[in-house]
Amino acid sequence: MDIINAIVLLLNYIFVPALSYGSQLALGAIFVSLIYGILRFAYFTAGDLMSFGTMFTILFTWYFQSLGISLGILPTALLAIPFGIIVTILYVLLKDKLVFSYYRTKKSPPVQLAMVSIGTMFVTQAIVRIIIGPFDRRFFDGEKFILKANEFKEMTGLNEGLTIKSTQVITLLVTIIVVSILFWFLNKTKTGKSMRAYSDNEDLALLSGIDPKKVVMITWVIAAILATIGGALYGLDKSFKPFTYFNNMLPIFAAAIVGGIGNPFGAFLGGYVIAFSEILVTYAYRKFFIYLLPESIEPDGLLQLLSTDYKFAVSFSILVVVLLFRPSGIFKGKVL
Amino acid sequence: MPFFSGENMTGGYGGADIINSCTINVNRGEIVTILGPNGAGKSTAMKAMLGLLNLKSGKISIDGKDISKLTPQDRVKEGISFVPQSRNVFTGLSVLENLEMGAFLREERIEEIIEEIFALFPILKEKKAQIVGELSGGQRQQVALGRALMTKPSVLMLDEPTAGVSPIVMDELFDHILKVKKTNVAIIMVEQNAKQALSIADRGYVLVTGENKFSGTGKELLNDPEVRRSFLGG
Repeated sequence: MDIINAIVLLLNYIFVPALSYGSQLALGAIFVSLIYGILRFAYFTAGDLMSFGTMFTILFTWYFQSLGISLGILPTALLAIPFGIIVTILYVLLKDKLVFSYYRTKKSPPVQLAMVSIGTMFVTQAIVRIIIGPFDRRFFDGEKFILKANEFKEMTGLNEGLTIKSTQVITLLVTIIVVSILFWFLNKTKTGKSMRAYSDNEDLALLSGIDPKKVVMITWVIAAILATIGGALYGLDKSFKPFTYFNNMLPIFAAAIVGGIGNPFGAFLGGYVIAFSEILVTYAYRKFFIYLLPESIEPDGLLQLLSTDYKFAVSFSILVVVLLFRPSGIFKGKVL
Repeated sequence: MPFFSGENMTGGYGGADIINSCTINVNRGEIVTILGPNGAGKSTAMKAMLGLLNLKSGKISIDGKDISKLTPQDRVKEGISFVPQSRNVFTGLSVLENLEMGAFLREERIEEIIEEIFALFPILKEKKAQIVGELSGGQRQQVALGRALMTKPSVLMLDEPTAGVSPIVMDELFDHILKVKKTNVAIIMVEQNAKQALSIADRGYVLVTGENKFSGTGKELLNDPEVRRSFLGG
């Protein structure tokens, strides 16, 4: 019985949260990886683009709520996401036209474009703070839990409860759908294949008649879609605070690089690698060992490897280790 | 009037002129090889015909049509196909996807063309689902040729197709190039392996410092004492 309790404990505090956090990171990492592969620079606006998309999702959510529209047990935000996506697409395309296309036609080196993306990061941050402010906001409505700890305890008779929030299930389902559509698009359609070809060998792609403008535009559209969905899911699951989104850039980049930058599928898996590492390393295992070990050798301390304040240190360490020992990432991408 | 020609081409990559009033032409069903010492402007002459550098003077024409002002992409649409010396395949894509990308501009069904390519290069049919990065050097060159042929070009330009492959693979590749020639394609090829190249070529040009030094049929050049002494090692 104790063993089952210990397993439920890990499921509840590590597996379920890491799975949804990992999905949110994965969505971000995929578009960072795509932009690196196709536009060939590190897109530092990633976190703030997610915050931008989430902000518009929240604004539309509020608008729908004021009209009395709701999805019943599902959060209204799901209805608002498509509208948030449209605004975000317009924003990235405008940004590309006003800023990035200039450096692209000048054939600026990738480092310069990365610096430019830091500039657009600050601008995006400012826009978000001007429109919605820097505060922490919750925009979740509908049924909060699918499985409550008490219900689980009653059902199974265990000491440990298992909580599953509806946002966690929504995150997982939406991620599976979005990622499946994306990989179907990249691997099966002519346009998707031409994007992979362009990322693989730009000169040969041009010689084959692939239109670089179209490839670049579709990359931005995909980035906006993934950023808005990933950001909105993160905000639903936790809360929306622009600064947190900016911070998330580190685990997102770590995920993209661990997966092999320029390789979207690697980035997808990288998201989970980072999420699980962060949570595994910062979880306090005291209770887990109390269940497993005999009373005589019960641990006194928290048995926590690192305080949760250091969770970014985990992504950063993984990043450094990967860059030192396997610069092309776990799943072969481009060498940085 | 030759089918595809570059006449009196002069130009370079911005600095000094690399080719000087250089003339190269080819007819359909003919293999023409460009030879010369290192830095003679062989690849540059070919790239000029494709439109990869701005010419100061000279005229490029295909089938009587002046294409000197067209971009490389538009010249591809006119039926010119180019296989670069290096990075001439999409290494992360499968063999079949490489061929599909070659036919990117074709709207109609491409299955028939793919079958024709498979008939020319049977090994590609066997390996069609494999990632090109995992193929051998000789197989990759066949993918590169196949990709270039997907546009059904009337002119095929090859930049050192046998660079870095073993002598056995080289013979095999030349066999494939001869097969392509039989489909009535005009082939221009820059080569380092002068003797072997001349043995399959109908005609050859020897460039020195960007100018036509010698030209003639493969046999003439092979037997020309001066060409032999300078470029073929006696």
